[in-house]
Amino acid sequence: MAKVPIAPDFIVERDKDKCISCQVCCRMCSNDAHVYDRERDQVDTLSGRCVGCHFCENFCPTGALTVRQNPSQIRQNANWNQQMLTWVAKQAETGGVLLTGMGCDQPFPIYWDHILLNASQVTNPSIDPLREPMELRTYIGRKPDRLELAGGSDQGKGARLKNKLEKQLVLQTPILFSAMSYGSISLNACKSLAWAASEFGTFYNTGEGGLHRDLYPYGANTIVQVASGRFGVHMEYLKAGAAIEIKIGQGAKPGIGGHLPGEKVDEEVSRTRMIPVGTDALSPAPHHDIYSIEDLRQLIYALKEATRYEKPVGVKISAVHNVAPIATGVVRAGADFVTIDGLRGGTGAAPTVIRNNVGIPIELAIAAVDSRLRQEGIRNHASVIAAGGFRTSGDIIKAIALGADAVYIGTAALVALGCHLCQRCYTGKCNWGIATQDPFLTKRLNPTIGARRLVNLLRAWSLEIKEMMGGMGINAIESLRGNREALRGVGLSDTELKILGIKPAGEAW
Amino acid sequence: MNAAKVVNINAQGIYYRELNESIHQAVRNGQKEIILEQVNGQRYIADGLSGKDVKITIHGTAGNDLAAFMDGPTIEIFGNAQDGIGNTMNAGKIIVHGDAGDIVGHSMRGGKIFIQGNVGYRVGIHMKAYQDLYPVIIVGGCAQDYLGEYMAGGLIIVLGMNNNGSWPIVGDYCGTGMHGGVMYIRGEVKDFQLGKEVKIFELDSKDKKNLELYVREYAQDFSLNAEEIIKERFFKLIPYTHRPYGKLYAY
Repeated sequence: MAKVPIAPDFIVERDKDKCISCQVCCRMCSNDAHVYDRERDQVDTLSGRCVGCHFCENFCPTGALTVRQNPSQIRQNANWNQQMLTWVAKQAETGGVLLTGMGCDQPFPIYWDHILLNASQVTNPSIDPLREPMELRTYIGRKPDRLELAGGSDQGKGARLKNKLEKQLVLQTPILFSAMSYGSISLNACKSLAWAASEFGTFYNTGEGGLHRDLYPYGANTIVQVASGRFGVHMEYLKAGAAIEIKIGQGAKPGIGGHLPGEKVDEEVSRTRMIPVGTDALSPAPHHDIYSIEDLRQLIYALKEATRYEKPVGVKISAVHNVAPIATGVVRAGADFVTIDGLRGGTGAAPTVIRNNVGIPIELAIAAVDSRLRQEGIRNHASVIAAGGFRTSGDIIKAIALGADAVYIGTAALVALGCHLCQRCYTGKCNWGIATQDPFLTKRLNPTIGARRLVNLLRAWSLEIKEMMGGMGINAIESLRGNREALRGVGLSDTELKILGIKPAGEAW
Repeated sequence: MNAAKVVNINAQGIYYRELNESIHQAVRNGQKEIILEQVNGQRYIADGLSGKDVKITIHGTAGNDLAAFMDGPTIEIFGNAQDGIGNTMNAGKIIVHGDAGDIVGHSMRGGKIFIQGNVGYRVGIHMKAYQDLYPVIIVGGCAQDYLGEYMAGGLIIVLGMNNNGSWPIVGDYCGTGMHGGVMYIRGEVKDFQLGKEVKIFELDSKDKKNLELYVREYAQDFSLNAEEIIKERFFKLIPYTHRPYGKLYAY
């Protein structure tokens, strides 16, 4: 049988008038899509190798290159689209599991685009954030059931708080950077995140790859992760961060483990993960000391004991069908915060079929978890951090109104660093210097510039959130949290509205 | 500061949090030797504790997650230990004059755990070695299923002593997912007991030297005769590939 050729996803067009055969593109492309032919003194492009990262297009000195979707179409078929044919062909060729990077790209409903925000008109004044104080500061951690005051006058003046408050993470904006391990992303990408978090007054998360020596100085803005592989987890690491997050699951691949291929474990990654160079770093699907909520409690308290109750300990789970009862279990197990990662949560590598078919959208998960924690009267016992596909400040403010305390952004942060969502993170050939350990590629990402771009993004989104809050007449993010009256749904079924706990647009209070 | 050389703590009826705080307090005060009496399942003893010269003696039954994340101290238990001892331990030593439960040495990266009696399931799971950190678990009796699962480095020795033959030395699925490290088993292991990533070999001279080194230390800790132990036939279990999951994907 003839081998079925896989049609290229992209066509790279080269404007012959502009191309000066300087071969910059040949040196740039880590996928070797551009090849110089000495005899003809001409650069050719092998479109089949192009992953669509647009690096060459951005940096061609004469602007001669354009990367387009391949316009070639198969016979139109509502059931079998081109992507599916490509997948079958690839698997028939290799016999392997399809891998992908980034979050789910399938056309499931995006509820953010069916939720609208409120604003003040006549009956309640809006606030101008440019002239009036607007509070975005967010505290992550367990809150007391009630506040007890001692002393003070009859009016309460000079009263003192009697409660001993649990340790809190203080964020200047309700946005954190998601867990992305050193190994899956480059050290320059990690540095960009760490520097930006520390400059803006928020947190980044190490992921499960340990903490590189160069990043220890940013410990006060670091959440260190403990995952099933326990890579690079030791006392110095646990003490270095401001909080600890136990990773149970990830939105892009709920229920399965991780696997950093040996090719990516170079000297530095090996030192940070504390495994020999070139060995596969296997993160088993479950933690083998956690088969129940009681076992989870044991790990939470083992970590609290080891760090002498000085750090909040959170637990990250992916949004699955039972997310609400699981989250209450996690809170009752003693977690100070619960991270919920939705269907569109990103990844450096996941089986495509799992990324595209497992889990539930984060919008529904936030609403379900917040409602359930309230019903059980334990909402104050832990903060809820939502993750998985936040694209704009609009998504974030809606998440907070649905009941999240803060959100993690991963993909958006990488896009700020240059990512063009080519979804090939797992190849380690990222031309943008993000998802790679190749020194030739990582040096393309300057962490000073990267950090500045991330700080810009946080600043811009924070300004927008303040603007939207002001429009609603709300001057503190605390007053918006779980305030679902600020939201209305359009084009949603009664069941969806019920789960989201919001009214349809057009219905007044 | 307490001037006494040895701190004695009676753990009877004390909640684990209080007990562990007094241990950490004593170590912070510069105490090097702590004796715990009447321990009855209190959890997390010595979690995250560091100090190479710190020695803790436990009389009674040590609870779950003893010495998790521990970095240096030596713990000697006169009694049994429950589940999860030495979880993600970095350095130090645990000596158990009795049996221990499941997942002994989970993800342990360094240090030694010597157990006189039997152990439960999934012992040595995902142990890993790194440079001069080399974790060693020695089990005097038998081990249950999934011994050394996902093992990535270090050494597990099972001696199968005080066994009248009614129990297999190791359970089933031994070494499933193993991709590094080595196990020495004193006595025969059948193929059906093994995970598909492991193979049985004879010990070579390097293995014998390694085995002897650790068994001598073990024998000394439990006042046993090392020669008697070593003279029996041992088998070596190692993974036949360091990349058990290397060819799974369609690149």
